[in-house]
Amino acid sequence: MRIEELRERVCAMYPDLCPLFSIEFGDGTIAVPLERIHSALADLKDMGFDRLGMVTAVDRGEDFELVYRLQSRTLRAGMFVKTMVPRSDPKIPSVCDLWPAANWQEREVYDLFGVVFEGHPDLRRILLPDDWVGHPLRKDYQDERIIRRPDYI
Amino acid sequence: MATEELTLNIGPSHPSTHGVCRLVVRLDGEIVTHVEPVIGHLHRGIEKIAENRTYLQVVPLTDRLDYVGSMYANWAYCRAVERLAGIRVPERAEYIRVIVCELQRIASHMMGIGSSAADTGATSAFLYAFDQREKVIDLFEALCGARLTYNYVRPGGVAFELPDGWIEQCRAFIEQHPSAMLTIDEFFFGNAIARVRLKGIGVLDADTAVAWGVSGPAARGSGVDWDLRRDDPYSVYPRFDFDVPLGSNGDCFDRARIRLWECIESCRIIEQALDQIEPGPIMAEGLPRLLAPRPGDAYDHIESARGSLGVYVVSDGSPRPYRMKVRSPAFCNLAVLPEIAVGYTLSDLLVILGSLDPVFGEVDR
Repeated sequence: MRIEELRERVCAMYPDLCPLFSIEFGDGTIAVPLERIHSALADLKDMGFDRLGMVTAVDRGEDFELVYRLQSRTLRAGMFVKTMVPRSDPKIPSVCDLWPAANWQEREVYDLFGVVFEGHPDLRRILLPDDWVGHPLRKDYQDERIIRRPDYI
Repeated sequence: MATEELTLNIGPSHPSTHGVCRLVVRLDGEIVTHVEPVIGHLHRGIEKIAENRTYLQVVPLTDRLDYVGSMYANWAYCRAVERLAGIRVPERAEYIRVIVCELQRIASHMMGIGSSAADTGATSAFLYAFDQREKVIDLFEALCGARLTYNYVRPGGVAFELPDGWIEQCRAFIEQHPSAMLTIDEFFFGNAIARVRLKGIGVLDADTAVAWGVSGPAARGSGVDWDLRRDDPYSVYPRFDFDVPLGSNGDCFDRARIRLWECIESCRIIEQALDQIEPGPIMAEGLPRLLAPRPGDAYDHIESARGSLGVYVVSDGSPRPYRMKVRSPAFCNLAVLPEIAVGYTLSDLLVILGSLDPVFGEVDR
C-alpha cells in the first residue's frame, strides 16, 4: 500500500489526529496523545497491522518519546506510532494484550529507560542484571565507570 | 506416578545453549513444564556506545551484533543512515551488497543447519555444512580481509571493489553449492534418527508466530508467507526471480529444512546478480568526511538470515547519532521459546532452541 493511501485510511479513522500524521524519509508516522495510545494501537491492529515490529524510546529531555513500529502483511505497509511520556511520571499502558511480542520489547524499554508499562504481566529488567541501578539509555545516566571521549570532532 | 518438580539451570555457559544464554527450566520427570530464558550475559551496550561515535564509527559496532551474519547488520544500519542523509547508492554497490548478503545467508544458514545437526547427534552433517560455510568465509576474506566482522558495507556504498578473479570463485562456489545441499538433505533430513528427533518437536503455529513477532525462517517454517525481500522489496531485489520456501508444520524439522532451500534460492539470486552486475562506482560521490544528517529519524529493515532486522536511527543534526536502536530478529524469535518448548523433553528443548537459531550477540546487543 502506498503511503498516501495509508494516510487516508488512518485519517478516515481519526479525523482529529490527521494533522499529526507526517511523512518523513518515506515512512508514515502518527503522533498520538498518551491517553489514547492503547486504543489507537488496538484500532490499527484491527485495521490490519498484525505485527508489532518494535517498541523503543528516545530521550527527548522533558519527555520520553515512545516509538511503536507496526507492520502489516495484508496491507503490505509499515508505520510508526509515537507518543510522549513525561519524564517526571513515566507510565504508559502496556500493549502485551494486543501483541504478545510487546512482552520482551517493553521489558527492554523499562530496563534501559525506566518507562513503566502498566498492565505488563512480568515487568522486570531483561538485559541488565536485576540489581543494576539506573537506566543507561537516559541521556542523564551517570556511572563512574563511563569514560568520556574527548570532544575532538 | 507423582514426581517432584525439579528446577534446573542450564547455562549461561553450556555447550548446548548456542551462546551465553541461561535457561531456567522446571521439569516433571523429563518433561519441561516451564522454561524461562535469562538473557543479557553478552550485553555490551552497543546502542549506548553508538551515541558516542560518529556515523561511520558505528559500522564496526554493528558487526558485533550478529557475528555470524555481520553483513546484514552493516547493511541495515547503512540503509537507515542513507535514508536519513539522503544518500543515493550506486547501482554496482547495490549489486555487491545483494551478492555478499546472499552469501552471508548461506554462511549463516550453514551454521543453523550445522547446529541443528550437532544437537541431534549428526556430526557428519555438521561437518558438511561447515565445509560449505568455510568456502563462503574464504570468499569474504578475499573480499575484505576479515572472516567474521567484515565492516564492508559503508554508508554510501561498499568499502572495497571485488578483487580480480573473485566473480569466478563465487560462480564456482554457487555451482557446487546446490548439490552439496541436496547431499545434506538426503543424509541428514532423510535420516531416520534426525527425523524422529526433529519432526513434531517444538510446534509453532502461524498465528502464534505472527503475534509474537517471529520472522525469518522460524516463521516461514510455520507457513507464514512473509519475506521482506519480496514483500517490502529493497535495493535491487525486484530484479531477481526467486521463490520463498515455506514449511507447513512449524516444527523443528521444517524450520531447519527451510534454511536448506533458502540457500539454494540464494544461489539463484547470486547467479542472476553476477550476470547483471556492471562496472561502475562502488561508493556514492560527494560524501562529506563527517556525516551529519539533518534532524529526524529513519528506520529501515532488511531480511537477514534470522528474520527482519531493522535499524532505527535518530539524528539531532550533530555528527553522532542521537539514538540508534536495533530491532533484532533473534531477540524477538527467542521470546517465543517458552510458548513452544513446554511439553517436550529436556533433550528436545535444546533442539528447539537451536532450531530458532539465536545469535546472542544480537539478542543481547
